[in-house]
Amino acid sequence: MNKIVEKEQFSENVFKLVVEAPDVAVSRKAGHFVIIKIGEKGERIPLTIAGSNPDKGTIDLVIQRVGVTSHKLTSLNVGDEITDLVGPLGKATHIEKFGTVLAACGGVGTAPMLPIIEALKKAGNKVITVLAARNKELIILEDQVRQFSDEVVIMTDDGSYGTKGLVTKGMEDIINREKVDKSIVIGPAIMMKFAALTTKKYNIPTEASLNTIMVDGTGMCGACRISVGGKTKFVCVDGPEFDAHQVDFDEMLMRLGAYKDEEVRAFEAYMNN
Amino acid sequence: MENITDYYKSERAQEWRAEIRKSVKVKERTSKERTKMPEQEPTVRNKNSLEVNLGLAEKIAQSEAQRCIDCPDPTCVKGCPVNIYIPKFIKKIEIGDFLGAAAVLKDTNTLPAVCGRVCPQEKQCEAQCFYTIKLNQPPVAIGYLERFAADYERNSGKTAIPEVAKPNGIKVASIGSGPASLAWSADMVKMGYDVTVFEALHEIGGVLKYGIPEFRLPNSVVDFEIDNLEKMGVKFVKNFVVGKTATIDDLRAKGFKAFFVGSGAGLPRFMNIPGENSIGIFSSNEYLTRVNLMGAAHEDHDTPVIIGKNVAVVGGGNTAMDSVRTAKRLGADRAMIIYRRSREEMPARLEEVHHALDEEIEFLNLNNPVEYIADDKGRVQKVVLQKMELGEPDASGRRRPIPIEGSEYEIEVDEVVVAVGVSPNPLIPATVAGLETTKWGTIVVNDDLQSSVEDIFAGGDIVRGGATVILAMGDGRKAAGAMDKYIKEKIKK
Repeated sequence: MNKIVEKEQFSENVFKLVVEAPDVAVSRKAGHFVIIKIGEKGERIPLTIAGSNPDKGTIDLVIQRVGVTSHKLTSLNVGDEITDLVGPLGKATHIEKFGTVLAACGGVGTAPMLPIIEALKKAGNKVITVLAARNKELIILEDQVRQFSDEVVIMTDDGSYGTKGLVTKGMEDIINREKVDKSIVIGPAIMMKFAALTTKKYNIPTEASLNTIMVDGTGMCGACRISVGGKTKFVCVDGPEFDAHQVDFDEMLMRLGAYKDEEVRAFEAYMNN
Repeated sequence: MENITDYYKSERAQEWRAEIRKSVKVKERTSKERTKMPEQEPTVRNKNSLEVNLGLAEKIAQSEAQRCIDCPDPTCVKGCPVNIYIPKFIKKIEIGDFLGAAAVLKDTNTLPAVCGRVCPQEKQCEAQCFYTIKLNQPPVAIGYLERFAADYERNSGKTAIPEVAKPNGIKVASIGSGPASLAWSADMVKMGYDVTVFEALHEIGGVLKYGIPEFRLPNSVVDFEIDNLEKMGVKFVKNFVVGKTATIDDLRAKGFKAFFVGSGAGLPRFMNIPGENSIGIFSSNEYLTRVNLMGAAHEDHDTPVIIGKNVAVVGGGNTAMDSVRTAKRLGADRAMIIYRRSREEMPARLEEVHHALDEEIEFLNLNNPVEYIADDKGRVQKVVLQKMELGEPDASGRRRPIPIEGSEYEIEVDEVVVAVGVSPNPLIPATVAGLETTKWGTIVVNDDLQSSVEDIFAGGDIVRGGATVILAMGDGRKAAGAMDKYIKEKIKK
């Protein structure tokens, strides 16, 4: 059981929870994720760790409300407990001094990006971060991102904040302006697909952090499998970060839809209860 | 073990044994027919998740026990990986001392109720039975009797919690909570150690929980044994991935003196054929975990599972049988086994194959998938099968399947479960410096099941690469003995 000690609402559907998990708080590194389960009959879902406080023994989780489990999780309050939490899982982000790093975040992808840019900044990189979302309300963690970025570019689809346009436009403006040595992209699969296509055009080595359907999260089931460079990989143990230019995003998008009908039905049943 | 023959001799000479032997003539014993296990009707059971085998009634068990002639040289014992003293427990059943029979089982086997259900007896004890090797008749139903005695004890409410030695305060840990670790933990706690079992999942039991379905091994049977271990003092820690949540080094710093790695063969194998990542194609691990561990077939559980109408399961082992029979129970019209060799070469327990056949499972032997075809949404729609024929025996001694060129044909499927084996879980080998592994990823151990790192022992599938519950348990016990010796020698120094 892991107690929730803080809760913050970023926007209508995006929440931050600070959760007691002393062992995870100590051992986690940038890029790691946890699996959580709520209640005896709950499902196991992966959530990337957005930060931690080893002294207090807590980790930060940022959750976007979409389906049954994320609704259940975000309806918990301070003092409530998450039934099961296990981690840190996956491989940590490879950090070194690349030079100039372009970090592109789509929506809640900003949360898992935060510890990565922190580590990159500390390793001596120049970090330029693009925060992109549909509108102003969905731009999250801006202040924290600014702490670890040399420059922050904000893009919104509707122009309600920052520059109007997609994440790829913000990325391309920077790439055309100065030399970029490395790029990292985190966000919805479709966003990562196009962000990867953008950097590929300019031959910039790029990592994408993937969030797929998982069950155990320790390599046991293969639900999270994707194709990278034509080879099957497991996101949970081989990832979650992969060479974005080698990832078959179309297959990943397809596999993310595996339970679409079941998810819609379950969500309707949940909301009617 | 050099005195084991003498031990058997003296035990056999005991008055009660001699008396019961004399009470019924050998001819009368051997003229009895082997008991049939009462089971749920096939057409009823293939729609529910209740256990297929119902167990023997007391009188029937005693009658089956009478078939055992209590041989002077009990060859059956040699067929058992943990050398259960089979004639003794069977004779205890014959005289009606069922709790006594259970006690004999527990001398060498931590989980008799589990083994009575899932051991491949036809390849072990029953293969070495006097009836099999000398009379060419069906063997004594040793497995049924083992299950009977263990169930009797469990249901009697008189389960004896084994005595444990005075706590010695020495901390030891296992990684994983499957059969190898459970057997190891029982022996270690009995010797007085401070035992912690670390499990990555949210349930204790490993493959006994996520893998083997309820209709073959009810969770309540496993939980009962885990409760007993807890009563003996074993500590279970769930949601803890050794190597991730904390490393072996972290645990050493917390005072753990030795480790037993029983992390299993957790990595599913795929065939790497075109279309295998289509929606609706699962590893058997994923399919069974969703259904068994996550309760996906129940409306009130959040985890979903695809319910197929035409389900193909690829493979011929127990996991394949478990998967295909699960699919039938979840409502498949057509549930099929696709296996590249013939029925004779299938590695599954004989009973599982018979049960599957009774439950209207189709067997497509000498067939092998070569490609999957998906619809425009990426959902599997067809499997392309290639016919096979058998050639010369291969390294496993089984005749090698050879593809017949040009024999490809398609069948419609909306769900596929790939059950072609598993590889060792790489988590521990990858996070412990100096731990020697084979090219298959299994941990290298010596005869004492000690690895290249002296305080780390290992057993079960992480060493064997894919074996049985009983072999894993045998390893757990052996490692416990060796670990005890290692720790005691270490303290002396």
